[in-house]
Amino acid sequence: MALKGNLHDFSITQLLNLIHLARKTGTLAIDGKHSAARASFREGKLVFAQTDTLDSRLIGMLVKVGKITVDQSKKIPANKTDRDLANMLVQAGLLTKTELEQMVRNNVKDVVDRLFALNDGLFRFEPNVLPEDRLWAEPPINLDGIIMEGTRRLKESEKLQEEIPNLEVTLRFTDRPDAKLRNVNLSVDEWRVVSYINPKNTVRQIAQANSMSDLQIRKIVYAMLQAGLVEVIQPLGMPAPVAVPGGRAAPPKAFASTEEKRSVVNKLINFFNR
Amino acid sequence: MQTVKMVVTGPFAAGKTEFIRTISEIDVVSTERKISSDAERIKDATTVAMDFGRITVDEELVLYLFGTPGQKRFDFMWEILSEGMLGFIVIVDSSRPETFREARGILDTFRGYAETPYVIAANKQDSEDAWSPDDLRIALKISKDIKVLPCVANDKDLVKGVLLELLYSILETMDLEGAG
Ligand SMILES: Nc1nc2c(ncn2[C@@H]2O[C@H](COP(=O)(O)OP(=O)(O)O)[C@@H](O)[C@H]2O)c(=O)[nH]1
Ligand SMILES: [Mg+2]
Repeated sequence: MALKGNLHDFSITQLLNLIHLARKTGTLAIDGKHSAARASFREGKLVFAQTDTLDSRLIGMLVKVGKITVDQSKKIPANKTDRDLANMLVQAGLLTKTELEQMVRNNVKDVVDRLFALNDGLFRFEPNVLPEDRLWAEPPINLDGIIMEGTRRLKESEKLQEEIPNLEVTLRFTDRPDAKLRNVNLSVDEWRVVSYINPKNTVRQIAQANSMSDLQIRKIVYAMLQAGLVEVIQPLGMPAPVAVPGGRAAPPKAFASTEEKRSVVNKLINFFNR
Repeated sequence: MQTVKMVVTGPFAAGKTEFIRTISEIDVVSTERKISSDAERIKDATTVAMDFGRITVDEELVLYLFGTPGQKRFDFMWEILSEGMLGFIVIVDSSRPETFREARGILDTFRGYAETPYVIAANKQDSEDAWSPDDLRIALKISKDIKVLPCVANDKDLVKGVLLELLYSILETMDLEGAG
């Protein structure tokens, strides 16, 4: 079963969450515009990760932590797998098992930190494919902590994106905005936005008129929406706003009684079971 | 004679028309008209009014299936369609994650109209790129008590299966309401 798509549609956070919840085993391959990365999981836990912007080979890690020099690294035969090399080094007493584990773990985490920065690129999850000759994080790393850390950093922009997914909408003031506006302190930027609010200007146009980034304008609009100063007008072609919790009044009753409804449903079930 | 209705909703090109066509005893009534905007070129023709299917159970009972218009700009019709529905089905094209966010949005909108039972049809499971129903559940943040069912919209047995599961969910909801 394929699990592939674009990070633009399904983010790293969402992917890690899925891998975590579904306890997946396999390798996630990401081919971004500027970099490629791999991360491998066993039963939903992270065991390995690499990106082309960070050396995840054992030799590279050893150089990075200052265990060996670049010159020394060049003398190590290139045909050894990381696992073989690690075994040799540990047996020779040049590296303790704890040091090795720590190093691998940190490296995997560093890579995953970089993964969170990717927001575009194709991803593909290969079930049951694991890099057998590479060094794995031991014990495997729990994803919930990683997801927490990653989302905490991204939360704001991502949440805003969710709240205001579409900048092509227009805004209008809610009833009696003057009364409300008098009670809140608006920043200069916010006032600038306010001055442009009318059903003819989309949020994107307002941002452009004020040279604001998507994030900046989202923050301001979100705050004003939260404060109840403005509301979104759905232009043609845009999804309806998510309904308020609790929903609307119940539609007219289609059945005279619960018994009648039950009998209709049972009739339908029998019909489709035939 | 009694008529009851169910609504079939979901993003553009998810398979709503196909789903209704597979199970309906009449030709699906839909106003197919050419739409040529870029986003919509994915399919040559698409429903601009709505799909409408009929299933006659017996002389006394007829089930109508309404498919919501594919385009978001027809969402003013959603609420009208959903009035008095027995339940609804959200059809998702499991092979196109770029539509998942929209599917989730449509689902939330419909849930706002009425507290009606619903199921998710993970459609196009015959496609090599299809995400599994389990993965789709997580991707769409569907809670455990809602069914996410494998579906291939032109496979009559699978379509029946989705309708049956929705009917079972309706019964379960009634039992819960009765008990509580
Ligand atoms: N492979 C495959 N194709 C499907 C399936 N369901 C629908 N399709 C195709 O997907 C396209 C969109 O389907 P349609 O029913 O018109 O989508 P709607 O916009 O939701 O009504 C059509 O070309 C269908 O033939 C399915 O289960 N499997
Ligand atoms: Mg259609």
